[in-house]
Formats: sequence, structure tokens, C-alpha cells
Amino acid sequence: MIVSYDQIEAGAELPAASYPVTRLSLVKYCGASGDFNVIHWNERIAKAVGLPDVIAHGMFTMAEAGRYVTDWAGPGAFVAEFGVRFSSMVVVPDDDHGATIEISGQVEEKLDDNQVAIALTARSSGEKVLTRARAVVRLP
Amino acid sequence: MAINRDYAGRTFEPSEPYEVSRVKIADFASAIGDPNPVYRDRSAAQAAGHPDVIAPPTFAIVVSMASSGAALADPGLGLNYAMVVHGEQRFAYSRPIVAGDVLVAQPTITEIRDAGRNVMLTTSTQIRTVEGELVCTAIGTLVERGA
Repeated sequence: MIVSYDQIEAGAELPAASYPVTRLSLVKYCGASGDFNVIHWNERIAKAVGLPDVIAHGMFTMAEAGRYVTDWAGPGAFVAEFGVRFSSMVVVPDDDHGATIEISGQVEEKLDDNQVAIALTARSSGEKVLTRARAVVRLP
Repeated sequence: MAINRDYAGRTFEPSEPYEVSRVKIADFASAIGDPNPVYRDRSAAQAAGHPDVIAPPTFAIVVSMASSGAALADPGLGLNYAMVVHGEQRFAYSRPIVAGDVLVAQPTITEIRDAGRNVMLTTSTQIRTVEGELVCTAIGTLVERGA
């Protein structure tokens, strides 16, 4: 499906999607991002500093929200603005499943210059992990 | 050790130029599990209207961390990184980051404030090409959790 600016209406829901996050995801993200904070890979230290377990990088969750937006908007789109608040942690247990980040979105507003504002919601284990999550995308 | 409030308002030196490679973009895209060809395949990116492989929308954090990471590791600031979680993040782009960009990031600590037992530290990082074009402003808030 190609998203066309003319056919988009404010209030339209985007199809929901879910993305897995495992310990391996976090190790890979540490390496790719350069963020080696121990709370993202060391359960012993994560628990010692009062966390329930290893937690995902907030930026990993944000990246999945970005992926959700670009998957919807298509390869020619440009994400001009993207902001989130990390409202809860994505706890990633040491098992074969890890955690799941569930993302949904809605067209908040149609803007000038072929741009649309998308309001995003992200949940993991029933908690809202992103709030005030919003992307402004310019469609081709 | 407490965070040194004197660092609020401080602008750090610009980072060493960061050369954005196709390999790094593809590596980052793989790490976030995103198979999108515009992050890997130059012809796919060009077919979509981009000059070369583009970076995912959160990639600026890599460039930003190369500079703000060093600033936040400044021992004089006194940030306890194991107690830090990410509070907020925002990016404003004038265009996508493209493979071949040579970028310089310059962070400013815009605010240090208390929120209950936590301390919130906000940085604003300007990411420019070495020619001076502003490509992205990255604003991030870190939370140092109170013990």
C-alpha cells in the first residue's frame, strides 16, 4: 500500500504492529549505537541499581516507533520531526521470547507541504512505554 | 556524588567529524530489526528519491552520543551512568542523514533540574555538516534516578 497525502484524513488509524525485543536485540543495539550502559545487558547490575531486570534502551523502543512510521509512510517519506517521552521501562527477561513492543498510531493532523503528524502509542507488558510520541512525516 | 549544577548552560566543543558510512547505517538498521532497503541499497534509496542510502529517523542519536556521550562522561559533571534512564528524546531534521555525510555534533546542557528524588538533565545537540548545514537538532533528557 502506498500512502498518499491527498487520501489521508485526520483521525485515521494506522494498522497496529508489534516488534520483538530480546537480549540479543539489546546486545546488537549496544554495539550499533555505542550505548553500553550496563543496565541494558547486565542483569546483576541492573537489579543492584533497583531495576526489575535488564531493560531495553529507550532509543531501541523509539527506533521501533520510527520503523512503524516509515513502514507506513513508504520509502520516499522523510521523518522531519520525531519526539517521545519514555514513560515506562521495557523489561527484557532472559528467556527465548524477551518482550514485545506493540505500536499503534493515528493521523493527528494534516500539515502543509505534504506533511502529516502521527500520534503514536507504544505498549509493552500492558504498560504505556512511550507517551507524547509524535512524528511529523513528509510524504513524497 | 551529586550532579554539578554549574554545568547547566555549558556548550561543549564540537565533536570530531563523523563520517556516515553505508555500512554503519546498514548495521544500525539491522540492530533495530528494520529490513527497509532504503537503509541498505543505494539504488532502492535513489528510486525512492533520496541521493544515497538514508539513515533511520533515530540514527542521529549515534552522532549525537559521539559528542554528548563524551560531555556526559566528563567527571566534573558527576553523572552516575548506571542510575541513568532516558526521559525524553526529540529530533528535528532539515533533511534525512545520508551516507557520505560528514557531521559534527555540538552539545549544550540546556537544563539540570530536580524532579522529586530524580535529577533531569537536558541536552540540545546541533548536528551540522562540516560545511555548516544544520541537518538535525537532537534534544534529549536523561533522568538520574535518586538512590
